[in-house]
Amino acid sequence: MIFLDFAVRNLKRHWVRSFLSIIGIVIGVIAIASLGIMGNSINLLVANLITDVGDTIVITPHTAIGDTFAGDPRTAVDATIPARQVDEIRRAASPHRVIPVQQGADEVEFGGGESGYTQVIGLDAEDIPALLDIKVGQYPRQNQPGALVGTYLAEEYDISPGARIAIGGDDLRVAGLLEERGFAADINPDYAVVVPSAWYRDHFGTDDAYSMVIIRVGDVGEIDSVKDAVDDQLNRREETVDIFDSRELLRQYEEIYRQITTFLVGIGGISLLVAAVNILNVMYISVTERIREIGIMRSIGVLRREVLRMFLYEAVILGVIGSVIGGAFSAVGGYFISVAAIEVFTAGTTFGENFTVFDLTAVGFVIFGMLFGIATSIVAGFYPAWKAAQQQPIEAMRHD
Amino acid sequence: MSDIPVIRFEDVSKIYPLPAGDVVALDRVSLTVERGEFIAVMGPSGSGKSTLLNLMGCLDVPTSGKIYLSGKDISGMNDDELTRLRRDQIGFVFQQFNLIPLLSALENVEFPVVLTPDREKSRERAVEMLRAMDLEEELYTHKPSELSGGQQQRVAIARALVNDPALILCDEPTGNLDTKTGTAIMNLLAEENRKGKTIVMVTHDPKVAEYAHRLIQIVDGRLV
Repeated sequence: MIFLDFAVRNLKRHWVRSFLSIIGIVIGVIAIASLGIMGNSINLLVANLITDVGDTIVITPHTAIGDTFAGDPRTAVDATIPARQVDEIRRAASPHRVIPVQQGADEVEFGGGESGYTQVIGLDAEDIPALLDIKVGQYPRQNQPGALVGTYLAEEYDISPGARIAIGGDDLRVAGLLEERGFAADINPDYAVVVPSAWYRDHFGTDDAYSMVIIRVGDVGEIDSVKDAVDDQLNRREETVDIFDSRELLRQYEEIYRQITTFLVGIGGISLLVAAVNILNVMYISVTERIREIGIMRSIGVLRREVLRMFLYEAVILGVIGSVIGGAFSAVGGYFISVAAIEVFTAGTTFGENFTVFDLTAVGFVIFGMLFGIATSIVAGFYPAWKAAQQQPIEAMRHD
Repeated sequence: MSDIPVIRFEDVSKIYPLPAGDVVALDRVSLTVERGEFIAVMGPSGSGKSTLLNLMGCLDVPTSGKIYLSGKDISGMNDDELTRLRRDQIGFVFQQFNLIPLLSALENVEFPVVLTPDREKSRERAVEMLRAMDLEEELYTHKPSELSGGQQQRVAIARALVNDPALILCDEPTGNLDTKTGTAIMNLLAEENRKGKTIVMVTHDPKVAEYAHRLIQIVDGRLV
């Protein structure tokens, strides 16, 4: 253990240099770990926001969105799926539940003089319980019209079941409030009013135009065959509809956020690389300064591998101290960065509540950052240490 | 055992290949150092004194010829084996003292013992050696940079002796010391020789060489 002692003494002898090297490692580890934690928190949050309905197929009218860039003027065209196609979809998807959706927007008066332009979703009254959960109140029936109000909208305008609202001047009773639903592949009613399709058609005068069709497939394994059947039926001659399933969308989201995390950790990695070059430099200076000392040690019986070990200890000590401090800092730093990021992402919603930053993956990032810091130090220290060990004692002692 | 020479050179040559042509530092040298001898090696600079000492000290290997240390041929040994021989069989005393600056006087003397399996006894042995060198006890914890030249050389001799080596090699041991301190150091070495230590010393100072019992003159890589 005398060589460990040597390493410690030498680091203390040049404590400013050692201190600066440690700072380099600390910064690198913090960068890797806290950026990793932040990426992970965003992932977790998104996973939390996306309603994981794995059994949903969403059919939208074919627009330029799928093929060309989003700025294509054709995307602005209010494309719809006609009733004829809905029937074709029903035939193709049988026996699974097919839910045609109408979506529009109108001025809605919430009472008390407050009003706003709001999204209105028309669903067949029988389909509503299959798609949406209600928090309070009850589902409206086809012949007894009533509105379901999204949770944020209700919160903002202080609406409760039994209240009366007016959509485009037509009075309607609020039957119930919807549960928070989040970003889903199909409809997002958190800020909308849901009405039975009969009322919707009366009000908007559109009975042949659906903005999307949702198919609920009971068995996830059948999703692909249902998609193929619909595709065969409707897109044989030309593309008339785009078909997605929720898993696919979820996968795409996950892929995007995984890449963000990788990117963030990569930036952290670069700063650790800089720290490694610093260690390499410091160790190299240390070896060059101590060539004579190495020669003396070798002449009185220190083996090559012991010289190697002594210098490696220095690198390991720098790496361990830096990584431990960096790990501690990044646990704290990662927490605050994540909390800040979540606040930005979820401003005005309740999704960020009860959200924990530190799951196993976050701890994993801290440990990964620390191990990476130590490993980098060892790799950086190896070449100078090896060079020290290769010194011929006579040559080394002649060195001044 | 006692009739085996400490060192035996058989036709030893050392050639340094240089771009301008090979330099023959030692040219077929044969010699024997018997147990208990005190030898001074003299010669002009560049004559091959240092090469001879380096070969005796297993710091270098000959280009040709054989070297026996306590009867063992060292020419075919690898770096680890040579390093262990230096640790166990040889003690070095240098002109520049060559103490390790990070270690205190006492730790410098302990160091060669710590490298051996006998490391528990290192402190005890180091103290014993420093006492024999008449170094004041309050200096034991001083770093080499805080010691005078004479004090450093006493520590260096203590370090050379601490593993009880078969051979002490001295390279101009008084070269960096004033006459009075040099005399004291030479007296210490002579005392160790009287106790039975074999000493080979390179010097160009005839007064210092007088302490030796045998003189080897070397010129242009050959013994005279």
